[in-house]
Amino acid sequence: MSPSGAELLRRVKSQIAEVDPSEVKELIGEGVAIVDVRGSEEFATGHLPGAKSIPRGHLESRIEGAAPDRSAEVILYCASGSRSAYAARTLQEDLGYDHVRSMTGGITLWKDRGYEVEIPRALSPEQRDRYSRHLLIPEIGAEGQQKLLDAKVLLLGAGGLGSPTALYLAAAGVGTLGIVDDDVVDLSNLQRQVIHDSSRIGVPKVDSAEESIRALNPDVNVVKYQTRIDASNIVEIIEGYDVIVDGVDNFPTRYLLNDASVRLKIPVVSASILGFDGQLSVFKPYEGPCYRCLFREPPPAELAPSCGANGVLGVLPGTMGLLQATEVVKLILGIGEPAIGRLLLYDALGATLTEVKVHRDPECPICSRDPEEITDEELGVFPDYEAFCAAAG
Amino acid sequence: MATIKIPPVLRASVGGEKEVGASGGNVGEVLRALATSHPATEGQLFSADGELNRYVNVYLNDEDVRVLDGLDTAVREGDTLVILPAMAGGD
Repeated sequence: MSPSGAELLRRVKSQIAEVDPSEVKELIGEGVAIVDVRGSEEFATGHLPGAKSIPRGHLESRIEGAAPDRSAEVILYCASGSRSAYAARTLQEDLGYDHVRSMTGGITLWKDRGYEVEIPRALSPEQRDRYSRHLLIPEIGAEGQQKLLDAKVLLLGAGGLGSPTALYLAAAGVGTLGIVDDDVVDLSNLQRQVIHDSSRIGVPKVDSAEESIRALNPDVNVVKYQTRIDASNIVEIIEGYDVIVDGVDNFPTRYLLNDASVRLKIPVVSASILGFDGQLSVFKPYEGPCYRCLFREPPPAELAPSCGANGVLGVLPGTMGLLQATEVVKLILGIGEPAIGRLLLYDALGATLTEVKVHRDPECPICSRDPEEITDEELGVFPDYEAFCAAAG
Repeated sequence: MATIKIPPVLRASVGGEKEVGASGGNVGEVLRALATSHPATEGQLFSADGELNRYVNVYLNDEDVRVLDGLDTAVREGDTLVILPAMAGGD
């Protein structure tokens, strides 16, 4: 005879390990994966601090996102300890998790004991719809989407690289996008700067970019800086941003940005383009090398085509800008392996991606020192570069 | 024979090629061989005192030669050298 539901639950509980809420409380923040197997609506009403939401119906397909290591400790809970018991058996028997336990009494007992409950800020129904493809990825989910919505990203330039980056970060729901650009839209920009359009020639790029972003995603707060970044304003502009996207077209600003971002410990996702070639790296201060560790000095003007207008395949800033946008999202979410300490070289004609290692320079004039030792006067200083560019006309 | 990957700004100096072969037992010799067969690259790679210019990075396969033995780093048959000056285009 088939067992009753109560009998089945008793049997399942006899086959798995359980854990009391008091022990779980001590394990919070200790790196143990705590998984809430209730439905997402139940999760939204409050959950254990740091718990990941994987509704039981999605357990098999999503558990690896929350607990990739099958030999590591995993704690499951639900409302009362029943659904998590079944889920624990599934992980143990079918998926080979060695150290999985179900929390006795579920979140109901947890709350009765007066332990802390985290209430997630809920996404609106429209946001759940808009970001539904993010919510389906375990590495992002509602928690990651909230991180994106809370993030502040600064784009230096709304040009070739900044255009695709801004559009995709806006679409992804990055909550605040700062844009620095003092230029106006020119017809020759439209071969690659896809955030602008033919009706906006002569319009300031920051305004044109804002209009496109608003039309794409009203969740995004656009902060406009219609100015050129220089030593007098850089600290004020970049302070408070979580990530900076560097797409500037000249060396003085790249070195200036590097020095200021190291001082303020803000990661910079940097790319550059020329012709059919692109470079990309992530400079995360004090965790990896900085731009000066990579390039100690700018090249002389004749080897630095940044001084004037140069040709570029219109698609190339799209490719490189979206690699930048991807790195930004990874940094915000804390997932994957950002290109820290690596320089990616993309050759569009050859369709090849080459990677070289970048090391921290123990003698780096900037990042070998403590941030508070870097003075205002030192930001962006290097030998006579502007004179070089002026000479090159 | 090692393969040298030529960056965009130097391609005009090597007849437009993206890759050039050159022989030598170490990085310095290979780069000297390149400068000999394509003299226009010499001033771009080397300073007046014969050192590699500070604004040019050279990688043996994927490693920066500065953390190896610099120009004395041994080069084996089939190795790839990447020459990489800084690039700032973004517009």
